[in-house]
Amino acid sequence: MQETPVKPASTKPSLTLVPPADAAPPIFEIDGLVKHFGALCVLDGVSTRVDRGEVVAVIGPSGSGKSTFLRCLNRLETPTGGRVRFNGVDLTDPKCDIARQRQRMGMVFQGFHLFDHLDVLRNLTLGPVRLQHRPRAEAEAEAMAALERVGLADRARAFPAQLSGGQKQRVAIVRAMCMNPEVILFDEPTSALDPVMVGEVLSVMRDLARRRMTMIVVTHEMAFAREVATRVLFMEGGRVAAEGSPAEIFERPERECLRSFLRRVA
Amino acid sequence: MFASLKQQFIDNFIVDNRWRYLLDGLGVTLQITFFSLIIGLLLGFVVAVIRAMNQTTGKYKIADFICRIYLTVIRGTPVVVQLMIMYFVVLNSVDKRVAAIVAFGINSGAYVAEIIRGGILAIDKGQFEAGLSLGFSEFKAMWLILLPQALRNVLPALANEFIVLIKETSVAGYIAIQDLTKSGDLIRSRTYDAFMPLMAVALIYLLLVVCLSTLVSRLEKRLAAARR
Repeated sequence: MQETPVKPASTKPSLTLVPPADAAPPIFEIDGLVKHFGALCVLDGVSTRVDRGEVVAVIGPSGSGKSTFLRCLNRLETPTGGRVRFNGVDLTDPKCDIARQRQRMGMVFQGFHLFDHLDVLRNLTLGPVRLQHRPRAEAEAEAMAALERVGLADRARAFPAQLSGGQKQRVAIVRAMCMNPEVILFDEPTSALDPVMVGEVLSVMRDLARRRMTMIVVTHEMAFAREVATRVLFMEGGRVAAEGSPAEIFERPERECLRSFLRRVA
Repeated sequence: MFASLKQQFIDNFIVDNRWRYLLDGLGVTLQITFFSLIIGLLLGFVVAVIRAMNQTTGKYKIADFICRIYLTVIRGTPVVVQLMIMYFVVLNSVDKRVAAIVAFGINSGAYVAEIIRGGILAIDKGQFEAGLSLGFSEFKAMWLILLPQALRNVLPALANEFIVLIKETSVAGYIAIQDLTKSGDLIRSRTYDAFMPLMAVALIYLLLVVCLSTLVSRLEKRLAAARR
């Protein structure tokens, strides 16, 4: 939301002053990230960076560490080693106020995880009202506008149990957006959906990408990665085995492991 | 036969207005139950939150350890013994009823704690993570997201705990409190008739429990309907 050359008419000025894009630190700098679960090594030294406006697709076979990688970025998993910097802030520092940093990065889960005891509108305003201390009326107006955009304004008073999977996931994306985050992490957002609903959700994500939202998307949707991502990370065995533009990854894959993966998912 | 039953009834309840013993005793029973329920709910709530927080985040190990000692001791000893310790050892200069309320409250708290903790742990971990990912602290995520859902789910179980508590207070007579049970006993000691007073006492408990159980099952149905 900060520097959007395409749509400068942002509804709300950001509270944080962001220096010009060339001087701003990358949103994420990840350096030698390691994660063990007991004896199992899930991430084995992942390093990369994510800049503003990028849409990074993370692909790879299951068990390759994609989701764990994503969950280390907002410290839902505590990394065993290495460093994650978010806007220059070291998230792996135990003294860092992780809750505060998480307010600036949204997350969308495979299982939606809407708050079951709250209706759609309350799901969307819980964060803005309770964390950003914004007036309820203002937060609700913004939430309604965002719901409108994903075609769910008429479900504002519905409870999560009354929504289809695709609707739930669209609401979950709007919930993340309502916090005006600088980046949204998507953890296999369409893996629990049937094909029609996958389409609904992907079109919302395409819309976000067009508005220059920075996104990191763990996905099995190769068509989406190819079409929307600005960069693709291919993970295997807890490492980034290949990295590049969609063209480099999908049209001219160099490494054999990537080629065999693409053959299998094609 | 019928005439003798009638005479028994008159002797036990009408003569000297003996029915008043039962009425007063019922009042005492309800009073003790009500206040110990409140203590139990508060205590159980706090213990449940501490233990659930420790289970989801791995922090609060010391507080959790203290809570576990509390649960083990309370659930591992008879409530009558706890009652007598409370009255004769810990609070021996205060009013009997206060001692009873504290003792039953502390006892009930242990069971309430495990009910609520079970309710919290039954909620999908994703709810908690979704709260954290928005930027809520662990405590706020617990308070705003997990607890409301957990309490709704365990409300019938908590209401049942209330019913159990009514019956458990019947041992209050051990510290010479004239609750419902003790009142029946008192009538027996006057009339030397065990059947009538004890039957009356049992019937009153039964009516109470049946009425409350009906309310609980209605509550359950309404909650189930609200969940769709």
